[in-house]
Amino acid sequence: MTKQPERIFVKGNEAVARGALAAHCKCFFGYPITPQNEIPEFLSAEMPKAGGRFVQAESEVAAANMLLGAGACGIRAMTSSSSPGISLKQEAISYMAGSEIPAVIVNMNRGGPGLGDIGPAQGDYYQSTRGGGHGDYRLLVLAPSTGQEAYDLTIKAFDLTFKYRNPVMILGDAILGQMKEAIIPWQPENIDDEAGRDWSLTGADKREKRLIKSLFLEEGALAEQNRTLQTKYDDMQSYVEYEEFETEDAELVVCAYGSIGRIAKSAVRSLRAQGKKVGLFRPITLYPFPSEPLLALARQGKRFLTIEHNLGQMVDDVRLAIRTVADSEFAPIFPGNLPVPEDIEGPVLKCLEGK
Amino acid sequence: MSEMNEKLVFDRPQAVIDRPTHYCPGCHHGVAHRLVAELLEELDVVEKTLLVTSIGCSVFLYNYLNVDAVEAPHGRAPAVATGVKAARNDKFVFAYQGDGDLASIGMAEILHAANRGERIAVVFVNNTVYGMTGGQMAPTTLIGQKTTTCPEGRCLEREGAPIRMTEIIAGLGGTAFAGRASLDSVKNIRTAKKYIRKAFQCQLEDRGFGFVELLSACPTNWKMTPLKANERIADAMIPYFPLGVFKDVTEEGGEC
Repeated sequence: MTKQPERIFVKGNEAVARGALAAHCKCFFGYPITPQNEIPEFLSAEMPKAGGRFVQAESEVAAANMLLGAGACGIRAMTSSSSPGISLKQEAISYMAGSEIPAVIVNMNRGGPGLGDIGPAQGDYYQSTRGGGHGDYRLLVLAPSTGQEAYDLTIKAFDLTFKYRNPVMILGDAILGQMKEAIIPWQPENIDDEAGRDWSLTGADKREKRLIKSLFLEEGALAEQNRTLQTKYDDMQSYVEYEEFETEDAELVVCAYGSIGRIAKSAVRSLRAQGKKVGLFRPITLYPFPSEPLLALARQGKRFLTIEHNLGQMVDDVRLAIRTVADSEFAPIFPGNLPVPEDIEGPVLKCLEGK
Repeated sequence: MSEMNEKLVFDRPQAVIDRPTHYCPGCHHGVAHRLVAELLEELDVVEKTLLVTSIGCSVFLYNYLNVDAVEAPHGRAPAVATGVKAARNDKFVFAYQGDGDLASIGMAEILHAANRGERIAVVFVNNTVYGMTGGQMAPTTLIGQKTTTCPEGRCLEREGAPIRMTEIIAGLGGTAFAGRASLDSVKNIRTAKKYIRKAFQCQLEDRGFGFVELLSACPTNWKMTPLKANERIADAMIPYFPLGVFKDVTEEGGEC
């Protein structure tokens, strides 16, 4: 009998924290905010055991800037927060994008605007996929929908942030962060802990000094830097992940991401049992957005309904992707409400009947 | 004439890059840069130094020092330096900040880095104005001092009193050394170098956070000649910002 892999029963927040440790994350900088507190709590105990450093920063602003410092040294580092805290981190995120510093930022999205609530929401889609801070830049954004995906994508986030020398955001929500479920932890192999050896700060010992900055005052220098960034974002476009479920013969494709994507999957299963021809398209990378596979579905003559836990944000990207051949309906779940599969089945049936 | 034997008696430290200065005539940043560079050499840490620069005129320190450097957002240098040190604990890490950067927008970052006892050093250049942006009022602007945003002079009732940072930093548990010196005279420059050395050594000896405030001239924004600006440091700044050591655990012989 083969040995079963060890399953553990943890919250999504802990899955992220464990994934970070498995990915050799060596520095974590955090600040308390619900619903992500299990990440700093877990890492405050476990990071030092792994030979890393945990710092509870004086503010979200400081935590993100500590991340900037550690990232500039080429060390695998992370911060986590939730919506209001992520707003405060935008300063450093913009600087990291401008300075091409790798770093992983976790956002367990809560209800907004303002202080909102501590429940789940997807109101930070625009902020995550359009940069979020000042200037013209993009983050690579990963949206897990289960505890296992949270673990797996956290490991992946560290590889991607060094591959592109660009901050990577893991965008979850209060459902993902707070729900306990079984995951199977695994240990990635061949992690390159010195992936930044050619550019990071190690001290100018028997080599030219290195300077990591986002200020470009010399004639033409900033335009050149923006050209470099644009080339990088173009390169990123080849990296997309998504899930298609029951789309093959579907008449209507539901587009949803993260926890809502997972709930929509339950709704699709239930509607399929009733003989309804519906499917699910769930982007896993929100930036770059999986436009090509979505367009391929649109070319098959399918109709689309985007459902989000906000007032309509990702639906813009869906419409842009399929604009030459189709359009997408939109159904909001208002932040503040905790969605159940019936909340999705209703709008889907209405959309199916309204053809 | 007999042939002259020329002997070089004063040269730039090797840690300083040979390039024309962009600073205004009479600005003290160049003096502060040189002191820092001399000490990096004397303490033999040039190759292991990671510099964190701030926003303002001080950002360009990285153009003059031959060390690895990262640029921090406005006021955040102590937080960035905390991250750098967390990542590279075996390196020598210091930040260099002006008074608008450190004592206004970066107040939280400097206080908490000091309080945590981060093994970093901060060189704080206080010239009582926002220099790079054109001489606006700073948290260190003296009462009655005219700037572009307090044209009638800073008013105690309206804008509060100038903040004495070194005294505040000295009151925090993680601080190993906190001293204030001035760059207006040869004597004071020598003392400044002594203080910076102490602040740097506190990191190298794993004692705690090192902090040095340097009273400096900004003749351009003070609208003074360099000589008059030097006189102003002695006549107006030092009486309000007293020079001296405010905390030194090395003298007490203990760690923080």
